[in-house]
Amino acid sequence: MIKFDKVTKIYPSGDIVLQDVSFEVKKGEFVSIVGKSGAGKTTLIKLILGLEEPTYGDVFFEGQNIHTISGEALQEVRRKIGSIYQDYKLLPQKTVYENVAYIMEIEGKTNEEIETQVPKVLEIIGLKEKMDNFPDELSGGEQQRLAVARALVKHPDVIVADEPTGNLDPYNTYEVIALLERVHKSGKTVILCTHDKEIVNKLQKRVITIENGRVIRDEEKGRFII
Amino acid sequence: MNFNRVLHFAFAHFYRNKGTSVAAIFILTITTLLITGLFFMQGASSYVISEVQNKIDITAYFKADASEEAILQVRKDLLEKSQAIKNIEYVSKESALADFNAKHADDPTFSRALTEVGQNPFLPSLNIVTNGDTSQYESIATILQQDQYAALIDKVDFSEKKDTIEKVFAITRGITRFGVVLGIVLLLIAILVVFNTIKLIVENSGQEISTMRIVGASNWFIRAPFVIQGVIFGAISFVICFIMTSVFAYALAGGLAIIMPGFSLSGYFISNLLIIIAIQLLAGMGLASLLSFIVVRKYLKV
Repeated sequence: MIKFDKVTKIYPSGDIVLQDVSFEVKKGEFVSIVGKSGAGKTTLIKLILGLEEPTYGDVFFEGQNIHTISGEALQEVRRKIGSIYQDYKLLPQKTVYENVAYIMEIEGKTNEEIETQVPKVLEIIGLKEKMDNFPDELSGGEQQRLAVARALVKHPDVIVADEPTGNLDPYNTYEVIALLERVHKSGKTVILCTHDKEIVNKLQKRVITIENGRVIRDEEKGRFII
Repeated sequence: MNFNRVLHFAFAHFYRNKGTSVAAIFILTITTLLITGLFFMQGASSYVISEVQNKIDITAYFKADASEEAILQVRKDLLEKSQAIKNIEYVSKESALADFNAKHADDPTFSRALTEVGQNPFLPSLNIVTNGDTSQYESIATILQQDQYAALIDKVDFSEKKDTIEKVFAITRGITRFGVVLGIVLLLIAILVVFNTIKLIVENSGQEISTMRIVGASNWFIRAPFVIQGVIFGAISFVICFIMTSVFAYALAGGLAIIMPGFSLSGYFISNLLIIIAIQLLAGMGLASLLSFIVVRKYLKV
């Protein structure tokens, strides 16, 4: 489903963030990408979403080279990916309800579908009571749950989560990871970037370990070893 | 359906950012009023220039015994030979005398002087006004000085007025040029101020626009609300400007008529109503939406 083929990323400053990275994520897999801060995990996510260009190599999504497709096709790919970030990347000028509804509006869903679906999703993540609030009126945990809701509402083929628990307390961390596991069980592909040892070891899923921009380990039922 | 959503986003963004929206409308209103003011100034200065130009003429004085028929033939010849002539007025000896008497009716010295002379001392004349510059006056003077008219024409007063005419034309040319340069400079400043205001508004949403791109929104879906918001700013500023212009045009008309007799500000407003509406719509809605379209592009590169 997602393939990295000998990808190297060098920033204009000369920093080599990724070096000759190759791996493939199959449909329905749950993959944790682990590494220290600055190991290149976020760059890897940005390459999947077409937010960065590889210096060398190619990144494929369902057989399409993300960095050679048209802008429109890239947006189509992004619509198939639900992305969750450590800094949430919510729409600050839209309410909780509108943040989730916006994703469905992009996809051209009808008003009826949106009016039925969005409250349901917000109820599942426990934000139904706050649907008219703005993101800056929510706690960190609530904002991250909203980001998860936004990623899930469009029923994406893949969920890409970049340090989704980085700003959360243990209780909210558990909730977000439980949500991701539930999504995975429903047949979706999940890519989780984290440096949280406890989460990775508990998941007992495939782990790709990155160090200094290189893949040093790729294990089917891996553990966090750095 | 999508357009309704875009419209909703635009109004929501406008409403939720009341402070910046009011600032943008204020700046647009000032800009639109400035552009409208330039339009009125252009109208007024054109009027003044044409009034001054109309007062500049060239007069051919005919000999006392020249027949009216011959003079009118010269008039006809001139109109045929020169395209630059705006008007030729024939003044007979009698009407010249009548004009003189009417002008000095209150002063008996002049009527006594005329009685002393014993006959009508005025010469018949052709009073010529052209459309343009001094060279046209000179070419008409040359025509009048041709041999075929020598027996009829006593004198052509162009050479006496030449310096004055050239000075007046130089001044009016200067005023026109200065007006155009001033207008362009003010317009550029106004556009820059509007551009910066729109840029600030869009920059405020820069992160949001990038997020919209990341979640897969199309450029149109992101950009259109900002463009429509620009249209809303422009529409409101148009209404304000139009009301203010109407009020000013009527309130200042009386005062301006004293400084510039014959120029009616309210009449100019009415006769150019459609142009003024077009200018104000274009300056407000056109400028704000176009600049929004351009500024948003920067954030769509994600």
